[in-house]
Amino acid sequence: MYKYIIRRILVFIPMLFALTVMVFALAQAAPGDPFTGRMLDPTVNPEVYQQQREALGLNDPYPVQYMNWMKNILQGDFGNSIYYNGRSVLELISQRFANTLYLGLFSLTITLVVSIPIGIYSAKKPYSILDYATTGFGFLGLAIPNFFFGLIAIYIFAIHFGWFPSQGTVSSNDVTGFAELIDRLHHLVLPGITLGLAGTATYMRYMRSEVLDVLGSDYIRTAKAKGMSSNNVLYKHTLRNALIPIITLMGIEFGVLVSGAVITEQVFNFPGLGTLFLQSITNRDYPVIMSINLLFGVFILVGNLLADIFYCVVDPRIRYD
Amino acid sequence: MQPSPQGATEIDPVSPQPPLDQNARSSNSKSPFQLALRRFLNNKLAVLGIVVLLTIILASIFAPLLTDLDPTKSDLMKIENGPSSEHILGTDGSGRDNFARLLYGSRISLIVGFSAMLFTLIIGVTLGSISGYYGGKVDSLIMRFTDLVLALPFLVLALTIIALVPTITTALFVCIIALTIWPNLTRIIRGTFLSLREQEFVLGARAIGASDFRIIFRHFIPNAIGPIIVNATLMMAQMIIIESGLSFIGMGIPQPTPTWGNMLSEAQNIRILRNHPEAWIPPGLGIFLTVLSINFIGDGLRDAFDPKSNKR
Repeated sequence: MYKYIIRRILVFIPMLFALTVMVFALAQAAPGDPFTGRMLDPTVNPEVYQQQREALGLNDPYPVQYMNWMKNILQGDFGNSIYYNGRSVLELISQRFANTLYLGLFSLTITLVVSIPIGIYSAKKPYSILDYATTGFGFLGLAIPNFFFGLIAIYIFAIHFGWFPSQGTVSSNDVTGFAELIDRLHHLVLPGITLGLAGTATYMRYMRSEVLDVLGSDYIRTAKAKGMSSNNVLYKHTLRNALIPIITLMGIEFGVLVSGAVITEQVFNFPGLGTLFLQSITNRDYPVIMSINLLFGVFILVGNLLADIFYCVVDPRIRYD
Repeated sequence: MQPSPQGATEIDPVSPQPPLDQNARSSNSKSPFQLALRRFLNNKLAVLGIVVLLTIILASIFAPLLTDLDPTKSDLMKIENGPSSEHILGTDGSGRDNFARLLYGSRISLIVGFSAMLFTLIIGVTLGSISGYYGGKVDSLIMRFTDLVLALPFLVLALTIIALVPTITTALFVCIIALTIWPNLTRIIRGTFLSLREQEFVLGARAIGASDFRIIFRHFIPNAIGPIIVNATLMMAQMIIIESGLSFIGMGIPQPTPTWGNMLSEAQNIRILRNHPEAWIPPGLGIFLTVLSINFIGDGLRDAFDPKSNKR
């Protein structure tokens, strides 16, 4: 096992390096430089401009530029935004980061709390009414685009009934303490459900087929033959094994969750990383775009690494050699 | 993936049928394709999917017969009008007829979905077959590259590339989508080919001197055609959602081309969302029904090609 973990980490390091090279290449492909937009100013002397470029190292060969870029990033300097008048990218991202994190965690919680019990139940009673309803929901959840679902949710629950706010994260900055927490959760309900919808459908299907698989295996038959109650079989033997692949699924679904967040945040006008990213795409604010790319890429690589390690810790049956 | 004659008589647990009727007994004389077709046509949901999808395709082809109005023509005197006898779904924020946009919009959704799927399929089959057939260093090189592309969330990578190009056209849009989503399909096809590689008929083909090219095209692809078709179908549904999502946030097919995503994009304005549900619900339902019916067809194809799978 330790051998596998070490080997897995040894694969992770070159991947991380390749990721930074890819993001650097994307950044180089972007038109313009930090002075773009100021060149129209006729008082700027082209010679001074060239001197400035030279001073910033923009005329250096790519490997040198890459090294400098990496050095800055490791020191926490992600460059400055072009659109937000040179504010630091790190500052912009950290303002939004917490909001997206809460949204993601909230939606993941809903997803797991809803999908795992329902998935187990429909595997326990296959071809029951609830099982068919689950399958039906699975089809609907995967076919309805999250932005359309979000619009319907706003139309029904925010406009018609007025139960939930349709945008933002807080109603006013005056509320503090426990009231603020409730207010924030209240704002998270609609975007959280919208973001979690497709995931819920996926996890439900997955959980159902995993539990069905495990229930059909020999050791479950043995446990039943020993006279174990069916609940004991389900919770002590089946679930432990059926939940393991969910860990891998969570690793894979992370990227889907991030992609979904970009669109969901836009629907609900939610001030998170997704809306920041979209604004930056619209404004061609390349330093912000590339930093967000790098951030998500590192998250996904680390997430997959942790999922793999966790997987082999909890499932000692697997041999990796 | 060739279903064995025994497999053909297996009972589909979803729609039980007599296991040993006349047709099943004579099944030995039918080709695997005919068997798959019969299983597919027995799947009610899949047939329903075909009917709905055909209706949508016909409506998009015959759009000019169903409406006289031009979907791109603005009438500034009629902005955000409600339904009327002339404009049965009202007009949008630029005074364009919503019904005409709905009909013509389905063309773009279907064409973009289909061509993006086709392009992805070409990349996926090429790289997947090279990777799965040759294995070894070539395989690990291609797989590391897919890992790298998968390290960025799909939508984030696609939007980043969209931000790098000066202007976006429909063709360019299709290319960008295909160039960011190919790793998933490549992995699936590689997996199928890796298992085919170990089978005896490949050894046999090699022994009689068949070239790599011939083995891939005459032996691998026909044997993997089931999973390829199934995944291509499901991928097309995914492409339609992606196109509409990107158009919705204003990063997809540029206006004034009508697409369902562009139409829904107007509902980001709370006034239209509240007062004109007739303007944004139909295109949303259009996407939903198209994707749902393609998914039904895809699932039907999976059960038809692989009767032993009863995964839902």
